[in-house]
Amino acid sequence: MEKLLLLFDENLILIYLLIFTVILGFEVISKVPTVLHTPLMSGANAISGVVIIGAILLIRNADPSDYLTLSLGALGAVLGMINVVGGFSVTNRMLKMFQKKKK
Amino acid sequence: MLTTVVNLSYLMGATAFVIGLRQMSSPDTAQKGNFLATIGMGIAIVATILIPLSGASNNYLWIFGAMTLGGIIGYVSAKKIEMTAMPQMVSVFNGLGGACAVVLAITELIHFSEGMTTVTNGQLIILLLTLLIGAIAFTGSMLAYGKLQGLVNDKQVSLPKHNVINIILLVVLLAASCYVFITQDEPSLILILVVLVMALVYGFSFVAPIGGADMPVVISLLNAFTGLSAAAAGLIYANKIMLVGGILVGSAGIILTVLMCNAMNRSLVNVLIGGFGENNDTAKAGADDQVAKEITITDLAIQLFYSESVIVVPGYGLAVAQAQKVVKRMDNLLSANGVDVKYAIHPVAGRMPGHMNVLLAEADVPYPKLLDMEDANEAMPNTDMVLVIGANDVVNPAAYDDPSSPVYGMPVINVWEAKNVVILKRSMSPGYAGIQNQLFFHHKAKMLFGDAKATLEQLNDEIKTIS
Repeated sequence: MEKLLLLFDENLILIYLLIFTVILGFEVISKVPTVLHTPLMSGANAISGVVIIGAILLIRNADPSDYLTLSLGALGAVLGMINVVGGFSVTNRMLKMFQKKKK
Repeated sequence: MLTTVVNLSYLMGATAFVIGLRQMSSPDTAQKGNFLATIGMGIAIVATILIPLSGASNNYLWIFGAMTLGGIIGYVSAKKIEMTAMPQMVSVFNGLGGACAVVLAITELIHFSEGMTTVTNGQLIILLLTLLIGAIAFTGSMLAYGKLQGLVNDKQVSLPKHNVINIILLVVLLAASCYVFITQDEPSLILILVVLVMALVYGFSFVAPIGGADMPVVISLLNAFTGLSAAAAGLIYANKIMLVGGILVGSAGIILTVLMCNAMNRSLVNVLIGGFGENNDTAKAGADDQVAKEITITDLAIQLFYSESVIVVPGYGLAVAQAQKVVKRMDNLLSANGVDVKYAIHPVAGRMPGHMNVLLAEADVPYPKLLDMEDANEAMPNTDMVLVIGANDVVNPAAYDDPSSPVYGMPVINVWEAKNVVILKRSMSPGYAGIQNQLFFHHKAKMLFGDAKATLEQLNDEIKTIS
């Protein structure tokens, strides 16, 4: 129990950030027209590729002779990058179609 | 100094995510929003590469190699994919994001179990959470991909009493995770790997019984999971932009999930338990004796041509047949002769939230021609002809009058209120969800069997000969 309390005290800022971001997220996206459901989902999906940052940090901190960590980190970076680049390009492709016929 | 620059860049990146998502929820600014979010991501990645780390060996070659490879794969697949296959693609990308989080968590857990690093209690919980959520998002998304691509049939992967199996799996999975936590003084890599494998199995098993019209709900939910796993991974590295980005995606996914559930008038639990269409045997027994009336292509062409107003109700079948452009050509032919052509879009038509909108946009159908469900239902009594193309459950009258039907209570498009209804279908077999549809036997309804695309092409030729 004491450990848990300590955990709370030490990460207070992070916990604030967590809660406010949840509220912000709900507020920002609460009124989406049906027409944008797919692009929004796909765009949000691309943002979840932000996890690639962890992979980059992992590789940078790895010992150059620690091939296991390097390979796993590289695998993570490949996967994350596919998510980011693929996600954003697919979203852009969809949104372009909505754009061109508006005039 | 450089640290401050990097921190500022993270702040800018996170702000770009928030504003980008905000703009993406309005049609006028959506493209700008996506661009902004992309820039935000770019800034965050560059900052992470530059951030000063004491004693780090950097290994930039590995980073650039991996990023180039991933970037090329992502870009090429995004360019090449057919618009009709969009739900599958989004699922795959989503799964890979989850897989990335899994890789991070397992690497850190390997270090931990080999005594290379020490972790606090909080960090261990977070690592395990990242592992679990990421793994479920990964295999879940891959199975969703398989189902949407038609590689996996719902019935092949769902077992009898699947709900019970899922609950047991989940309980064992959580218990094993707790055991890893309790025995952290003597960590066992084997046990951690067992947890990983179980989480992967659970992800698969959790999506297995869910299918058909429930697919949009699952895809949104898996999207939320990936976001949450990214956020949890952000906690491992105490990285604020990962946390903010992940949580935003998590909330977006949950909102879409709730919207989809509401559109179907079903609770999330109800969807997750699965079995949409399982009890179709009891629904409207005796339907087999009824005979559906057929219409010929020539008759339909004439009727359409002399209608004043036509509403097209597209469904997943339109996507499968890739018939969106042929529909648009029919629209052009009819509109040229003064027929008012509109489209009625059910919120859960297709296999992804907003699936039909994307397809029709690809075929250049103007936005004002798309009616949402309420407007469409209001317009129905004054509509001469409704053309249902590849939709089934979203036009099923059992939603109103048959409590034993799985679709009972779901809001549907009341096509039978129009003067005439023609249903384009490949055969009499029930829809994807396996539910019999009384609409086919309605006195106003006529059937036209065949592949949607080929049939519509013939129809277009017929209309041309009249006009």
